[in-house]
Amino acid sequence: MDHTLSEWIQLAGSGSLAQAAQRVQAETYGQAEEHVRDTMTRMWHEMTASARSGLDEGLRSVSGLTGGQAALLRRRLEAGASLAGPVLGRAEMYALATAECNACMGRIVAAPTAGACGILPGVLLAMTEGKERTEAQAVDGLFAAAAVGEAIASQSSISGAEGGCQAECGAAAAMAAAALCEMEGADAATCVHAAAFALMNLMGLVCDPVGGLVEVPCVYRNVGAVGIAFTAADMALAGIRCPVEPDEVILAMKEVGDALPSSLRETGEGGCAACPSVRARLKKQGL
Amino acid sequence: MDLFDLIGPVMVGPSSSHTAGAARIGQTARLLLGEEVVAADVGLHGSFAKTYHGHGTDRAIAAGLMGMAVDDTRMRHSLELAEERGIRIAFHPTQIRDAHPNTVRLSLYGEDGRTLTMEAASVGGGSIRVTKLDGMNVGFSGKENTLIIHHRDTPGEIAHVTGLLAEENMNIGAMQVYRRGTGGDALMVIELDGKPSAKVIAAIERTEGVSDVSFLERRDG
Repeated sequence: MDHTLSEWIQLAGSGSLAQAAQRVQAETYGQAEEHVRDTMTRMWHEMTASARSGLDEGLRSVSGLTGGQAALLRRRLEAGASLAGPVLGRAEMYALATAECNACMGRIVAAPTAGACGILPGVLLAMTEGKERTEAQAVDGLFAAAAVGEAIASQSSISGAEGGCQAECGAAAAMAAAALCEMEGADAATCVHAAAFALMNLMGLVCDPVGGLVEVPCVYRNVGAVGIAFTAADMALAGIRCPVEPDEVILAMKEVGDALPSSLRETGEGGCAACPSVRARLKKQGL
Repeated sequence: MDLFDLIGPVMVGPSSSHTAGAARIGQTARLLLGEEVVAADVGLHGSFAKTYHGHGTDRAIAAGLMGMAVDDTRMRHSLELAEERGIRIAFHPTQIRDAHPNTVRLSLYGEDGRTLTMEAASVGGGSIRVTKLDGMNVGFSGKENTLIIHHRDTPGEIAHVTGLLAEENMNIGAMQVYRRGTGGDALMVIELDGKPSAKVIAAIERTEGVSDVSFLERRDG
């Protein structure tokens, strides 16, 4: 059974979006809520581990295009030089670290996909480390994120090949925005409107991986998307409501995805993928 | 929808469709072969053919053929591991008509002489779809508890097998039947709500006309 965003708000009732997601998952698979929560906690631990391992300076991908760059962001953050500050700066660092861990064949949690796997760990770790939120709050954030992800996947798509990067990094930013609101104790409607803002602000983003590889621009887009998630959450938490009905934003995103030419849907033929400078670098590697 | 398809699976990067899905295709093929793989010929179609090296699709398939799960980090060195174990795996681009852009065609040879040919597509988010089995068109994901039964196309065969499952109080969620021609080789693909006992699998294996039974256990996430 799939749910729209407005159905998730109804399911939450006077409770939180995370509680609703945990309950529905348990009911659907005939499992105890405790078991479902343990599984989500394990996902959180896995995310934390991949984010940390991606900080390794010596990391390199098979193509040599990415790896080891999150370590550079770390240096700036530790020097107190991050323009974004200690919270968002940390989100940038962990998003890049996780995305680079993925590019280098490390172990990650697809959230919702491998290509967009840095965004949720980025924002959640920024909250636990930078704002002293608890593990239990992070796990609640993941449940809220999963509910939003389901509404997007079932009404549109979470595949770059089908819907462009808006369906991957856009969906992940929407999920992360909802997670942030959940962690701040907001109600389900606030989470949903934050998700709608994030999706709206990344609408139209194309999927143009250089050489067809999940590296350029993917790893940098994970960093950009955490900024979108924070700004979307701040708007919703301030009480601003998305003027477009949130489920309609998802449907609009699907329409935009359908209208994208095939060259901008993960074929590695258009956008950044068509730029001669990076193509030449890949050719040298025999890729 | 399973919320752990949105937060999950835990997997080795870099791509849920080119790496995790590819590993699952290898894994599923090994389970269907029913014994350790000693040699494999792997044809890669579409997007798989173009980017398999950079995405580690070859490493992922090899890992799956050796029984590694999608989150097993030994996947990075699976080609070297296969060589050490004396498993011969050949990869080459191929073209398959009307196939999904991420399709693999596998021919496997097992240690006790069994063989298997299979085509499967990686359809997104790490999910897969088996589209051809030993020359017969099929369509299943392997995500649910799945029984795959090779048998002869004779009257009563399906009734007998489903009867054995009913006796064990097993509920069938979905079922597909295929055959090569009247009275020829046939296949049943049965998705079950629960896990069948060893006893009922043995009873199906003993059924006259049944030549082979494989079982794929439900995956979490």
